[in-house]
Amino acid sequence: MTPLPDESESRPALERDAGVSRRAMLAAAAGLVGGAVLASTGGAQKPVAAPPSRPAPVAPPASAPAPGGPARLIGTPTTPVGGRSPFITAGRAPTGETNGASFTPLQELTGTITPADLHFERHHAGVPSIDPARHELMVHGLVDRPMAFTLDDLRRFPSVTRTHFLECSGNGRSAYRTPKGEMSPQMVDGLTSNSEWTGVPLATLLTQVGVHDDAAWCLAEGGDACLLARSVPLTKAYDDALVVYAQNGEPIRPENGFPMRLLLPGWEGNMNVKWLRRIELGREPWMTRWETSKYTDPLPNDTARLFSFELDAKSIITSPAFPAKLSGPGWWPIRGLAWSGRGTITRVEVSTDGGRRWTNAELRRPVLTRAHTRFELPWKWDGSEAVIMSRATDETGYVQPTRQQLVSVRGPGTDYHFNEIRGWRIRADGSVLYEAGAVAAGGGK
Amino acid sequence: MRHGAWKAAPVICALLLLAACSAGDGRRRADATQYGLGHAAPAESVAREAVAIAPDGAGLPAGSGTAAAGATLFAQQCAVCHGAKGEGLAPFPKLIGREPREGFPFGRDARLARTVGNYWPYPTTVFDYIRRAMPYTAPGSLSADQVYSLTAYLLAANEIITTDAVMDARTLPLVRMPARDRFVRDDRRGGPEVR
Repeated sequence: MTPLPDESESRPALERDAGVSRRAMLAAAAGLVGGAVLASTGGAQKPVAAPPSRPAPVAPPASAPAPGGPARLIGTPTTPVGGRSPFITAGRAPTGETNGASFTPLQELTGTITPADLHFERHHAGVPSIDPARHELMVHGLVDRPMAFTLDDLRRFPSVTRTHFLECSGNGRSAYRTPKGEMSPQMVDGLTSNSEWTGVPLATLLTQVGVHDDAAWCLAEGGDACLLARSVPLTKAYDDALVVYAQNGEPIRPENGFPMRLLLPGWEGNMNVKWLRRIELGREPWMTRWETSKYTDPLPNDTARLFSFELDAKSIITSPAFPAKLSGPGWWPIRGLAWSGRGTITRVEVSTDGGRRWTNAELRRPVLTRAHTRFELPWKWDGSEAVIMSRATDETGYVQPTRQQLVSVRGPGTDYHFNEIRGWRIRADGSVLYEAGAVAAGGGK
Repeated sequence: MRHGAWKAAPVICALLLLAACSAGDGRRRADATQYGLGHAAPAESVAREAVAIAPDGAGLPAGSGTAAAGATLFAQQCAVCHGAKGEGLAPFPKLIGREPREGFPFGRDARLARTVGNYWPYPTTVFDYIRRAMPYTAPGSLSADQVYSLTAYLLAANEIITTDAVMDARTLPLVRMPARDRFVRDDRRGGPEVR
């Protein structure tokens, strides 16, 4: 069971720090698109359980800013690796478990690329410390030539670079099982992130070893302490699977699979095996613990779904959202993310009246297959209570279902693939609370 | 009409060709170049690293074990997390228990614990997972006999095999798990239907 955060991990911190000057606030906000989001959630929010390896943020000046402001003082010198502004405190949460998950702070991000150090984590036996000079990817089984590839070998093959999301198929579990108002986008859906990945098509590596005609599956195995392993059909291996070594322009970070990981675009996160060390070719799936005991979907008809690889279309409004508080009526753009494991997002509709009427939001280009897509709808809040929600449609014609639809086909005990419509209730005082997929009668499709 | 049929022939041929290509797994489309990168994996490396066990028993090592030996090991190595009776000490999972004995109502009740006895469909997965990942703080430290013994203990404690049954590469794959027929392939296909 994936541990899930409770409300203590992402407490609202709406009060502005009295020590932060107005000018510093504006400077921090101006550095990012969507400064309004930051301002609305409190630019001086308290740290959200920063990972221990992260350098401690420099404390903002407590009082008495220099006369004339920072533009009248010589700044700090150049550094080998940049850091964030001390006014920015976005972090993953919760942290500190070797068999656990940390969630991406979706409400703190703009655009579609997740900074690598904020990419969600899910480890089953901690993050291994791997020296790339001592790491090899072995490919064997039903092949003509069992081979091993080093990181240097991989980098010499023709490379491809693609932008894709990853999502743990348990993402949204606590919002489905135990929804409550005080949940942020991070706590509802933070087990998804989006990156630009660079690597080698798995098909190219399979050509090198000469796969036998009777092979139909491969086992991908990681080099962590549990040797996490998943069976992958060769159709996917030859379609768009990659063995990647870079993320957002730099080597993959250790918590995301350094020095190499499998990337299966659109398929549940667990199969995108990190710290990839072995691929075995065979005729049948291996039925590992992670594809039988876990990552299967019990259904109301006394069966359980096996090999539910694809992630269906989904969306979430990331602003306005808990813990933001709207300062008053006026223009508040509705922004969010949509994605589908089956292709591109073709439409995101937004409702501001609890699901009675829906309006097409604008999709920010480029709209890429199996990648986070940013949507936005201008909205003028009149100051009365409102429920806002989003509904994604993908290129297959699949429409994100209501909570009632999902419960009726999957039952209350389903354990993965929670993609029901999510909403936010904006109260007259401007506070925003998570609304567990409620849709007005007759309003949902 | 004969003329119409003749005109349609190229279209039909193209469709058949398309069907032939899409019916495969796409390996014809793969980059066929041999880049001369990487090196041959020695047979001894493959034998050492290839730890996966298939449902038919392929990969199971020599050795054997019984529930009696497994019970002692479980108390020493596993009970600290999984409880003396395999009841699970949160957040570590419950391993032993067949309740509810009727049906497979996990989709209707999220509170039901999924154990080796009531949920795991294949006995080989038990051996594979223990050898891969357990004990949590010392994975890889158990001998093949010890893994067979722990597997036998878990299967016997879940009332799937008798307490005197010997588990080895021949007998383990023959064990029939209670949940074996409960698993169905994913039938979601995208499109307008929600499944």
